[in-house]
Amino acid sequence: MFKTVLVANRGEIARRVLRACRALGVRGVAVYSEADADWPHVMDADEAVLIGPAPARESYLNVERILEAARATRAEAIHPGYGFLSENWQFARACEEAGLAFIGPPWTVIRQMGEKVAARRLMASAGVPVVPGSDGPVKDLDEAQAAARALGYPVMLKASGGGGGIGMARAADAAQLTQSFPAAQRRAQAAFGVADLYLERFLEEARHIEVQVFGDRDGAVVHLHERECSIQRRHQKLVEETPAPGLAPDLKLRLTEAAVRGARAVGYVNAGTMEFLVDRGGGFYFLEMNTRLQVEHPVTEEVTALDLVQAQLRIAAGESLPWRQGEILPRGAAIECRIYAEDPGRNFLPSPGTITALALPRGEGIRVECGVAAGLTVSVHYDPLLAKLIAFGRDRAEALDRMGRALAEFAVEGVRTTLPFLRAVVGSDQFTRGNVHTQLVEQGAFNA
Amino acid sequence: MPEEVKASITGVVFEVLAKPGDRVGAGDPILVLESMKMEIPVEAPRAGIVREVKAKEGETVQEGDTVALLE
Repeated sequence: MFKTVLVANRGEIARRVLRACRALGVRGVAVYSEADADWPHVMDADEAVLIGPAPARESYLNVERILEAARATRAEAIHPGYGFLSENWQFARACEEAGLAFIGPPWTVIRQMGEKVAARRLMASAGVPVVPGSDGPVKDLDEAQAAARALGYPVMLKASGGGGGIGMARAADAAQLTQSFPAAQRRAQAAFGVADLYLERFLEEARHIEVQVFGDRDGAVVHLHERECSIQRRHQKLVEETPAPGLAPDLKLRLTEAAVRGARAVGYVNAGTMEFLVDRGGGFYFLEMNTRLQVEHPVTEEVTALDLVQAQLRIAAGESLPWRQGEILPRGAAIECRIYAEDPGRNFLPSPGTITALALPRGEGIRVECGVAAGLTVSVHYDPLLAKLIAFGRDRAEALDRMGRALAEFAVEGVRTTLPFLRAVVGSDQFTRGNVHTQLVEQGAFNA
Repeated sequence: MPEEVKASITGVVFEVLAKPGDRVGAGDPILVLESMKMEIPVEAPRAGIVREVKAKEGETVQEGDTVALLE
């Protein structure tokens, strides 16, 4: 095992990784920007290094400064968390070239899966169903129109250069496609440095279900079951749970088999997630692979009683997978709610500001992953995730009941948060029945 | 009397889309703010001609700051 690991992230995920380091007797190094000197992830670390000014490009995305910090603290490995540099293959390669272990898959796999059109082709050739779409990137609007006519409207425009909902636009007809195309190109260029777009058929009222996978360097790949993540705004998740309510056993079996097959096909190592859309007829289609730890990994940890982050460190240090497939036995149910500094009353607009008071819930089956503290200022420079609330129960009803009470106890003052929205979701008939799909939020299903 | 166009949220100016003299329609974006990894357009409240854009790319503006003048 490593003696020292540097965590190239901030907020709750940096704290989560530092906790795993402590559990394994590993020295944990934090990095921070000038805006974050007083933040909890800095306090949690055995050592912390200032890497630059507040803007992410000058700090948490600054590869040179992060590698320098690793050298200065004699770190042997870097955990990228999620977001920032976690799916940047150049960073993973730079780590390797600097003699550091990147805690994630090989950079070649990150590159392969990051190029979304190539990833679709690769999965299709491995026998994993993909959403019907354009064969490759479309050159211009004319090609996009032709592809859309062939697929049938509505269609989804997507960036070839990367995922995460960035640069995505739905078009119901040719006029909307004409209108959305230039903006989607501009966003793709800004986010990924490549303006290329491709099209997929838009699946109405589909569910987003993903499968957690893990691989090691000996070629072993296992899955850690599924997560249901359909409650989203702007194609980004707000509530996740496992098991996926009402998922038929044979469909679950085919999903997990496809996920493992896909991961094997790319020689996957470490933690990854295969994302799928499941349509109303029970068809499922590969969306993308996230080649990193997911925000929502705690729900999987709760039902499997396994520590995914510790396993990531072990595998990066050259150990074999700590579990065989037959040993991964989920029990009970777990739900996660994401508390963002956003105003649900204003279409989830960001709500930066200073947190004047913070009260975290406690109790049986309740887990809180919190990156902030009272008195700190939530800046415009970073993702607005403040905390994750996870409720575990012997069954879904118990998890829901615990989540409802914990959400009522959770209090944040000084910034607007998604808490009122989350309370409405968890209290709704639709969610309680487990009758969910990715368009519920935009359809106003949880509006007061 | 020119109308002040105000920032709807606190953020960093990601892109300025209009320049003085441009004719804009109601709802046309004048600039785009970036806040917490989101892009939020600041739109013209009515049709008119842009007299001045007060915010520069890369600059931080507070919610309610005047970012442009419209006549």
